[in-house]
Formats: sequence, structure tokens, C-alpha cells
Amino acid sequence: MDEKERAITPATDSGLALSRRGFLRAGAAAGAMAAGTGAALAEGTPDPLITEVQPWAQGWGDGVDATPYGLPIRFEGDVVRRNVGWLTADVISSINFTPIHALDGTITPAGCAFERHHSGAIELAKEDYRLMIHGLVDKPLVFTYADLERFPRVNRTYFLECAANTGMEWAGAQLNGAQFTHGMIHNMEYSGVTLRTLLEEAGVKPEGKWIYVEGADASSNGRSIPLEKALDDCLVAFKANGEALRKEHGYPVRLCVPGWEGNMWVKWLRRIEVTENAVESREETSKYTDTLEDGTSRKWTWVMDAKSVVTSPSPQAPIKHGKGPLVITGLAWSGRGAITAVDVSIDGGKTWTEARLAAPGQDKALTRFYLDIEWDGSEMFLQSRATDETGYVQPTKNQLREIRGENSVYHNNCIQTWWVKANGEAENVEVS
Amino acid sequence: TPVLAEGYGLGREALPEEIAAWNLDVSPDGTGLPVGSGSVEDGEYLFSDNCAVCHGEFAEGVDNWPKLAGGDGTLARKDPVKTVGSYWPYLSTLWDYAHRSMPFGNAQSLSVDETYAIVAYILYSNNLVEDDFVLSNENFLEVEMPNADGFIVDDRETTEYPIFTNRCMENCKESVEITMRAAVLDVTPEEEGGEAAAAEEA
Repeated sequence: MDEKERAITPATDSGLALSRRGFLRAGAAAGAMAAGTGAALAEGTPDPLITEVQPWAQGWGDGVDATPYGLPIRFEGDVVRRNVGWLTADVISSINFTPIHALDGTITPAGCAFERHHSGAIELAKEDYRLMIHGLVDKPLVFTYADLERFPRVNRTYFLECAANTGMEWAGAQLNGAQFTHGMIHNMEYSGVTLRTLLEEAGVKPEGKWIYVEGADASSNGRSIPLEKALDDCLVAFKANGEALRKEHGYPVRLCVPGWEGNMWVKWLRRIEVTENAVESREETSKYTDTLEDGTSRKWTWVMDAKSVVTSPSPQAPIKHGKGPLVITGLAWSGRGAITAVDVSIDGGKTWTEARLAAPGQDKALTRFYLDIEWDGSEMFLQSRATDETGYVQPTKNQLREIRGENSVYHNNCIQTWWVKANGEAENVEVS
Repeated sequence: TPVLAEGYGLGREALPEEIAAWNLDVSPDGTGLPVGSGSVEDGEYLFSDNCAVCHGEFAEGVDNWPKLAGGDGTLARKDPVKTVGSYWPYLSTLWDYAHRSMPFGNAQSLSVDETYAIVAYILYSNNLVEDDFVLSNENFLEVEMPNADGFIVDDRETTEYPIFTNRCMENCKESVEITMRAAVLDVTPEEEGGEAAAAEEA
């Protein structure tokens, strides 16, 4: 057994170490899905996991010096980022996906939070870091990393969704798993300085209407942002989920542009130029513009609209426990404010039931929802539908296609359907 | 108590040399464009040496790498081919992006004149200029980009937001039929075949 296999084999020597696929086959062959691992024992037979003293109940676990900075236990080896080779020409300007099918709650662990780079994840030390603010300002400034830590600080939790999330699904059901269809997203608690604080330090001149922001990497990822947004809720962040940003998420400093497409959240932020007009850079002309059916294209489609997805059951998270109580859960979010409701349908949108929000919706952050049902073992067409505080209701893919056609690439916030079959497996489908 | 408008006195003034080193962006009206020039002829050699391995000798693209030329009139088609010639609204963007971020893996290695020449060659590859054309900061704004008028500012507020408000709860549709299946397409990464990768490994 090699290292990888060991990392993904279930935690037992009891001979019950079937793979999920093997289990599904076995379950289907037996014509019954009711068997959990424990229930596989004949009724009335004592469970040796209880009646026999197990090694972990007898010997020692690891000492406190074993893991100065830990990784998840090896049995969670499937909860990792994944990429899709055919999506891009290379892995340097590319994307990977958060394993949202396996996560719960709302905070995304940074170690498996998705990445999108245009010239790779660069290594930039705090000592080498510089941030410049210039252009239409009273005084152009250069900050060191240490300078930034001396400004008054705020903490805010926001989702970051790639503009292209679900983009491969415009023309039809394509990738089979919530990780792949909806995993270009993460949600973190950021600590940093408001962009407003820094801009006021430099003093914006009245002619300044936009800012142009760029990163220290070769791609630069320059984007234009209207000054109103910059002064509203943008952050210059250096911590996420309590610790320094990960290298791949912009260490040591990134921009947060709450509710707006992930491309604008410039990583390794090095320069903020106050300008009179938009620069119309490559990332807001060639890319991140949305082509409509008549061949014209929308530009400056900054906001990410209300969206949701059922994360379990889903193609990567099939039902393994048979009929009876079933937790349907998922995520909802909106770039236009807080989620106020999520409805779930098990019949492909004929009827809907309002789900339970785990906590009240937060402004421009992920919201967890649950619907607890009694599954009778029949097939379902699972859907979720988010409503945000503006009254916007998440549309179907057909509603979006009627307005946009199939070529807009970005901003696909359609209702997702999972076809849950009688054997508990789920598949990404489109329904009428 | 500090007053925001008065600032915190943090940071130091940026020097002109520092701003010049980093402030490379060029805007559609030519703001930021440095003095210089380059010909299609020089651009052809430079493109061959620096760009063609990915983008092709005629900027037509190699394998999955971006096509920089072609695709005229395809934007309303099922599979539009979006290139500098068919899609990009402003020449400034091409100059700016090539100068700062290309070649891929060796960015910021092109001089000002080399960038003018390469941009001139890409225009030529898109049949937008003749082969004796010389591009400079003087004539830069005279080049007409075919799709300059092809963009509208985000209009979701009028075309979508008023429509997407229906929260039907019961009897929302008559029937539900599967119209497309991802498993039929079968392009999801997997370890052994069958289910999606994560379930496979579990």
C-alpha cells in the first residue's frame, strides 16, 4: 500500500475497509442501502469495536511535540483541492477547486481553499513587500508591511467567488460534482485595514473617480474599481481565518472587494493608482467581460448575484445510509447583501420547502442551510434556490440563458439540479 | 483621538523614479504610452523569437494557448473565437498587457520599441494594418479596433433584477424531465472511472 492509498483507506483493520464505490456496488447488489458500517453486523451480535479493547483505548497517542502545525487526519485525504486539466492550457495560469462537497459550516479552511493564478503563486516576503498609492492624490505614498500593521484594523467575513465559477455549465451539465461546478469559492474571516483608511492617508483629489489596483506578480492582474466601492467596504487584508494569508492567497497582502467577482481581489497587492477613468486592462476587456447572444458583451459585471448549491447529497457525496433521516445541506451567498431565505426542492422545482439557515445570513458571506427530510428511497431532483435581502431570487439556467445566451462564460448563478437515484448516487443533470 | 482626514503619518512619500518604475499602465486615450515606435517587419522577427512557440507564427495559437488573431465575425456564433482582432476594444490594452505581462514566464523583458513592433505585428496578423506599417505613440490612437463598440456597461439592474423575483413554492411547473446528464459527457477528473474523483478516493 503506497502513501496515497494509506491516506484514503478507512480507519479500521476490521475488514470493513470497503471503498465507497465498492460499498455502493455491494449495497446495490444486496438490494438494500440500509447498511452503515456498524449495522453490517447481524442483529444481536455484539460489536467488537465495543466489546474488544481497541489499541487507541490502551496505548498512547502522539505527544504534543509531534505536530507544531498540523494537517487534517489522514482519513480526510479526499478533502483536497482538485484541478481539471483540460480547462486551461497550463497549471500556472489556471484554477483549482475547493472541496465544498465535504465541508460544513461557512468558514473555508485556507489549506483547501481554491486558487486562481495568472502567473503562478509567487513567494513575496514581508520585508520585500511594498505598497504604493499614487495618481490623483495629495501625496503619493509607499508603505512597508510593518506600516500597514499600524493602521486601525477591522475583521470581516466575506465570500470570494471566481467570476467563472459554474462557467463550464453554461451549455449543459458537464462536470460531475459540487466541487467542480461550484468550488471556485472560499469564505474567510479577514483582518486588515480598510482601503478607505489608506486612500485618506494619501488624500484623494476631487478628479479621482477610479482606482487601478495591481499585484506584484508577473500577470499583475490589474483591475479598475470605482472610487465609491473603494471607499465603501474594500479591505487591504493581511490575515485570513486568524493567520497570515497563505502564499497562494496573496501573502503578505491582498485586496478584498466584498460581493464582487474574485478577479478583482488582487493578490500580492503592490499598487493603487487613483485615476479619472477606468484603465480598461486586459482583465476587464479580453477577460471578465460577458458575451451575450447577439455578440455584444457586458463589461464591468462586478457583482456576484445570489446563488446556492446543495453540497450534500451531491455526486461526490452520495447517500450511503439508505432510507430514513437525511440531512440535505448546502451553501448560499449573494454579492448584493445577506441571504434571507433558501428554498429546497426534491422534485426538480415543482414544489419548494424553505430550508433552515444555520445562522442568519451575513452581508456578502456564505450562509449554511439545512433541510432535514425522511428519505423514502425514491429518486429525487434536488435543487436549492437562494433569496437575498434585495428580494432577488436565484434564477434557473434557462432564465439566464433566455437573456444572455450560452456564451457569457462568467456569472452563472443558476439553480443546480442533482439527480439522486434510488441507490443513493447523485448526478449533475439539467431538467426541463 | 486621531482624525481620519488628518491621517496617521504612516508610510513615506513615493519618489518619482519609484512611481515611474511601477506605473506602466496605458489607458484607452493613450495616457501612459511612452515615446517609441516599431514596425510590422521588426515585430515579425520579435514575435517569432518571443511569442510564436505558444501563439503560433501567425498569432493563430498553438494547442490550447490563446489565439491572438482570427475569429472575425464569430462573436454571435455558438463558439465565438475571441482574439485581439475580433474582440478586444482597445489597442492600449494589448500594448499594456504585452509590455507588462508577456512573454509568459519572462514578463517585463520587452523594451518599449520592441513592444510597439510586436503590437504592430499582431495588428498585421489580424489584417488591421499593411505589412509596411510602423506603430508609434504618435499614430497609436488612429488604429481602429473592429470591436471597439462591442461592449455595454453591466445592465443586469434593468434586464435581470426586476425579473428574478418570483419565489413560487407550489405547483411551479407541470413536469420535470432530464434534458442533459454530466455522466454522459464524462469529462470530470477521476481516479479509476465511474464516480467523481473525491467519491472514488473515499
